[in-house]
Amino acid sequence: MADQEAATAAATGEQRILDAFAAARAQGRAALMPYMMGGFPDQATATVIARAYSESGADLIELGVPYSDPLADGPVIHAAGTTALAAGATLESALETCAAVSGDVPVVLMAYANMLLAVGPERFASDAAAAGAAGVIVPDLPIDEAGEIGEALIGAGLALVPLLAPSTPPERRAEICSRGQGFVYVVSTAGTTGERDELPGGLAELVRAAQGDAAVPVAVGFGIGTPEQAASVGEVADGVIIGSRLVRAVSDAPDAEAAAAAVSEFLRATGDALKG
Amino acid sequence: MAAEATPVQERFGPYGGRFVPEVLMSVLDELSAAWSQARVDDAFQGELTRLLRDYVGRPTPLWAAERLSERVGRRVYLKREDLAHTGAHKINNAVGQALLAKRMGKQRVIAETGAGQHGVATATACALMGLECAVYMGSEDTRRQRPNVDRMKLLGAEVVPVEAGARTLKEAVSAAIRDWVASSATTHYVIGSAVGPAPYPALVRDLQRVIGDEARSQALEAEGNLPKRVIACVGGGSNAIGTFTAFLDDPVELIGVEAAGEGLDSGRHGASLAAGATGVLHGAFSAVLADEQGQILEAHSVSAGLDYPGVGPEHAHLRDSGRATYVAVTDVDALHAFRELCRLEGIVPALEPSHAIAWLLENPGKGDGFDILTLSGRGDKDLDEALAKLDELDG
Repeated sequence: MADQEAATAAATGEQRILDAFAAARAQGRAALMPYMMGGFPDQATATVIARAYSESGADLIELGVPYSDPLADGPVIHAAGTTALAAGATLESALETCAAVSGDVPVVLMAYANMLLAVGPERFASDAAAAGAAGVIVPDLPIDEAGEIGEALIGAGLALVPLLAPSTPPERRAEICSRGQGFVYVVSTAGTTGERDELPGGLAELVRAAQGDAAVPVAVGFGIGTPEQAASVGEVADGVIIGSRLVRAVSDAPDAEAAAAAVSEFLRATGDALKG
Repeated sequence: MAAEATPVQERFGPYGGRFVPEVLMSVLDELSAAWSQARVDDAFQGELTRLLRDYVGRPTPLWAAERLSERVGRRVYLKREDLAHTGAHKINNAVGQALLAKRMGKQRVIAETGAGQHGVATATACALMGLECAVYMGSEDTRRQRPNVDRMKLLGAEVVPVEAGARTLKEAVSAAIRDWVASSATTHYVIGSAVGPAPYPALVRDLQRVIGDEARSQALEAEGNLPKRVIACVGGGSNAIGTFTAFLDDPVELIGVEAAGEGLDSGRHGASLAAGATGVLHGAFSAVLADEQGQILEAHSVSAGLDYPGVGPEHAHLRDSGRATYVAVTDVDALHAFRELCRLEGIVPALEPSHAIAWLLENPGKGDGFDILTLSGRGDKDLDEALAKLDELDG
């Protein structure tokens, strides 16, 4: 047991992510990766939410670092980031939340490029690694711009998770997938984050094509708002990312306890749906 | 004979690039390819030239401002973009990009606007070409700039108020980009300044360089010589880059004037180049106003057009290379210059170029020769704001 723990501690972020996907696959289901906004609505509640995720079936957690100008996010997550910043959230406070759960479940940070550039990619990477983060998603950093940031993250043992869009042409898709670390994040639809009534046609083909190109698992996010949608995506994808629906649940809850109960209930239902 | 199509510039030294969600990469490639072709296409250029001449009213005059010249002690010419249709240089870019949207088969156009000048210009170009138009505008700006909101609606555009953040230009750009992320298959985004992801900074520069090209040949005709200095205000920097580009290879001093707002030490200003950091805003790596964690800060200026926490990447490069110099002027000095130009020349300038006027008044040229200053727009839109502020200052 002690040996196993030592091995876990020594594993790279990418390996911990791959292990989490493999464990879900061994149970015959897609991995469940809920998103949360760091510091939202306040630091104490955010850490309660992270623990609730961890205890309610999350295989991985995507943790958003609040940013003033989140171009890839829709209104729910943008508003949550604005609230978190107004409440005093910082990179450091988001990393505290990361550290609180990263021993139990791999945490993938979502941070915008300017935040990494401002503190310096190397310092960002070493601080994130020290907080136990397994990987980083930079939604406004296409592979063409990854350069210095990518090197710093990889150098610190973190996975740089690339995004893939329905509009990405096949050659570029193959290039993105070949560089994918940890997993490839498929954006289900042309648009920003947010719930949608229907998932787009062509998603299954896109996911299968990406799986063909990538050596790592393929997870789908953007627009998944119900356990049924998650199950439907989970039939093809290796992982399912749920963001705005959960952030909205936190937003609507009167206090931390109610927020934790709401997200736990949703995640359990989604976990059951994924098991089919 | 058409020239060879060449790739559109994506980087300016280390600046520029495309820091955008992956979903936009293919549409930016498409736009870049379309512009690379259109700008050397005789039919496209012929139609653009016709529109600029017969619709926009180009060339705009290069006015020998005699009383202003006497006041500063050296001849000054004003490049009169305020006389272009809709009252500012913004129309040069809006007409060009609307024409490009049609060429690309996109029937819907979106734009952002701060004070409303770019929104009005885009709504105008869309009316002219029969394109659907939606303009994103911070709800604080829709309140402050009611007449321009009415103008855009009259021209058939939809004005979409943006409630996020400080509800001003920065949020309007973000909202327009978010719309485009979801709609780019059918929609062209007409960005209003030389900012944004590649190819926008080069596209907007190419469409605005008519300002400097005209001014240069008008100066040579009037004086038989090149100016000593070329001066323009800088918010996002489209009128300045449009002016500077023609003079880059000439022995001419280039001066960009940013908004110092309540003073560079006050933290309430819009001087990304003179007092900002380096980082990413709206898809480009450039000079930005940001805190040490990379959170973008709110800009401040009495002039809505300079009230933006970023700047075009080419300006950041021209600053670093030393080819252009960037200075900043406070709200108070710009307001005084606004009034002074009215009284000296019978021209009501916009508050944006009033910053450039103020710098010129404080820094008159020495010795022979002459200066050119781009008067990027007229000041009708600013009367209420400027008169109220001047009343306060006059006590």
